[in-house]
Amino acid sequence: MNWDLLFQLLINGVIVGLLYGVVAMCFVLIYKSTQVVNFAQGEFLLLGAWVCLYFLVEYELPFWIGFLLTMGFMAVFGIVVQMLILRPLIGEPIISIIMVTIGFSSFMQSLMSWIFGNSAVSYPKIFEVEVVNIGGLNVETAYLMSIAMSVAIMIIFFLFFRYSRFGLAMRATAYNQQIAQSLGISIKHVFMMAWAISAVVSAVAGIIIGMVSAVSTALSFIGIKVFPAVIVGGMDSIVGGVVGGVIIGVLENLAEFVDGQYLHIGNMYQIAPFYILIVILMIKPYGLFGTPDIERV
Amino acid sequence: MAGISSPRPCGDYRTSYKSDMTIFPSRNSLYAAIGGLFLLLAFPMIGNDYHLSLLIQIGYYSIAAIGLNILVGFTGQISLGHGAFFGFGAIFSAYLNNATGIPVFFTIPLAGFATAAVGLIFGIPAARIKGLYLAIATLASQFILEDFYARANWFSGGSSGSLAEIVNFLGIELDTDQKYFYLVLFWLVVSLIAAANLIRTRDGRALVAVRDHYLSAEIMGINLTKYRILSFGISSAFAGIGGALYGHYLGFVSVEGFTLGLSISFLAMIIIGGLGSVMGSVLGAIFITLLPEFTEIMADIVLPESIADGKAYVKEMSVGAAIVLFLIFEPEGLAHRWKLIKAYWKLYPFSY
Repeated sequence: MNWDLLFQLLINGVIVGLLYGVVAMCFVLIYKSTQVVNFAQGEFLLLGAWVCLYFLVEYELPFWIGFLLTMGFMAVFGIVVQMLILRPLIGEPIISIIMVTIGFSSFMQSLMSWIFGNSAVSYPKIFEVEVVNIGGLNVETAYLMSIAMSVAIMIIFFLFFRYSRFGLAMRATAYNQQIAQSLGISIKHVFMMAWAISAVVSAVAGIIIGMVSAVSTALSFIGIKVFPAVIVGGMDSIVGGVVGGVIIGVLENLAEFVDGQYLHIGNMYQIAPFYILIVILMIKPYGLFGTPDIERV
Repeated sequence: MAGISSPRPCGDYRTSYKSDMTIFPSRNSLYAAIGGLFLLLAFPMIGNDYHLSLLIQIGYYSIAAIGLNILVGFTGQISLGHGAFFGFGAIFSAYLNNATGIPVFFTIPLAGFATAAVGLIFGIPAARIKGLYLAIATLASQFILEDFYARANWFSGGSSGSLAEIVNFLGIELDTDQKYFYLVLFWLVVSLIAAANLIRTRDGRALVAVRDHYLSAEIMGINLTKYRILSFGISSAFAGIGGALYGHYLGFVSVEGFTLGLSISFLAMIIIGGLGSVMGSVLGAIFITLLPEFTEIMADIVLPESIADGKAYVKEMSVGAAIVLFLIFEPEGLAHRWKLIKAYWKLYPFSY
């Protein structure tokens, strides 16, 4: 038993899992408030990472300015996507909505590889100190920042939905669209806001991942990895998204460990979440925190 | 689900179920189908090689798209794993031929059966979940199967791929496109007839009932679990045959071909063609196969020299854009558009 490796992998799992959690949260936000299953979440993440990198490298802006500009860009982008692509499909059957986001995601993927290229690019150095020593463990600053950012995003999400007027409006819409509308909430604005927030927060996750490792087309696969996370947590629970993300992050690293030490099958890291996904769907389809879909005739 | 909405115009004098369920609504449409078949039979003698290879591509993609349409259009279950089933057919046919020496001509239908079995296994989640959750489960099966192909060296040749023999039919080697075309055409016609007749049978009507309202279907005595899983099996059988034809046409089967992207283009075919329409699956396969060619020609005209290197990307983008645009502007697909055109001419000038 290699305890050091196991411990290291578990920490990795939590770090990656928190990021999955952030993306899963964005996914759930869109699903909950607009009933759209967004297969293009990974592309949002990748686009944010590329745009921020572009601002930093091309215009040599300081990190924070580039970061804020990216946020603005992504908010506008999210709103435009919602207005042009999703709004005409309100009320359409679920397959149309799934397919339109799939179509959009494959469109964005090729567009981004065209504009930004296919090779992996790393972010310019942002931190002075690369490695800090905490309790005998050497931890990279980027990882610490990643954890801090993920947790910060989650807290902001919580505060936003708990205490702000917009958050309340969004919760009301998610609860019941018609009642919310009759109370004077503009559903249109809520939908736009959900997409804007989701795009912005995914972009933050993308930038974090870009800083920890590098930006490449492969990042958009996180948009697929998010499905096991939201299924474990429950499709319509924001808390569930976070919990599911961490669980999937830890489990995939555990699978990697077990595989590397005992089984030697290979590629478990990529594929284990999908086995978990099928198992969860078979035994508890609505996940840990999701609301079961009760149909009355 | 977008139903089989037939804008049935006035002047429709059918009075019995029998006449309502004919495959060919009028004698002229039967003649048109036979005439079209003869034109296709003559094509290898008149068409050039490039067009022929496009037709062959359309052929095997159509077969798989028909299968997917049975699953999505008729039963209402979304599958994101059709590309992996298509791949299973291709790899299995090549493997069976290499391992046992069964002639390729027979491994193609056998691949259909084997893929149907795999489809039944991966369809099991459909017994418990539906809609969006099922779509996500099929997404997982796509990755699980893809991973299996990549690591099962004995089966698929792993990352290096495996060779697929040329089809040998009664001593005739189908080694040229001209000859292979007839094999694909044969299977396409078989698939078309099978699918068109499936909907007219008891089982086919059960599938449609499951799609339209599963609770009502269950109350009417339809075994939901059976038909939901069965439809995965049927759809995979088509995918397997299509895949086997693809494998033996290329002569080489590589794992990299059967990605999520392929599954998405199958879905694109049936959405663009029309959900719940057998003819629509073929129209969609034609559209998706010709779209890159068309984009290529347009790109040569429209794009300035400086960004001409992006042509490959523009081609990929065009598929995604086509899906989005069709869903927004013509959600019922090409088959619906075709019906409208027919109705327009039939009723001209008084379209009531």
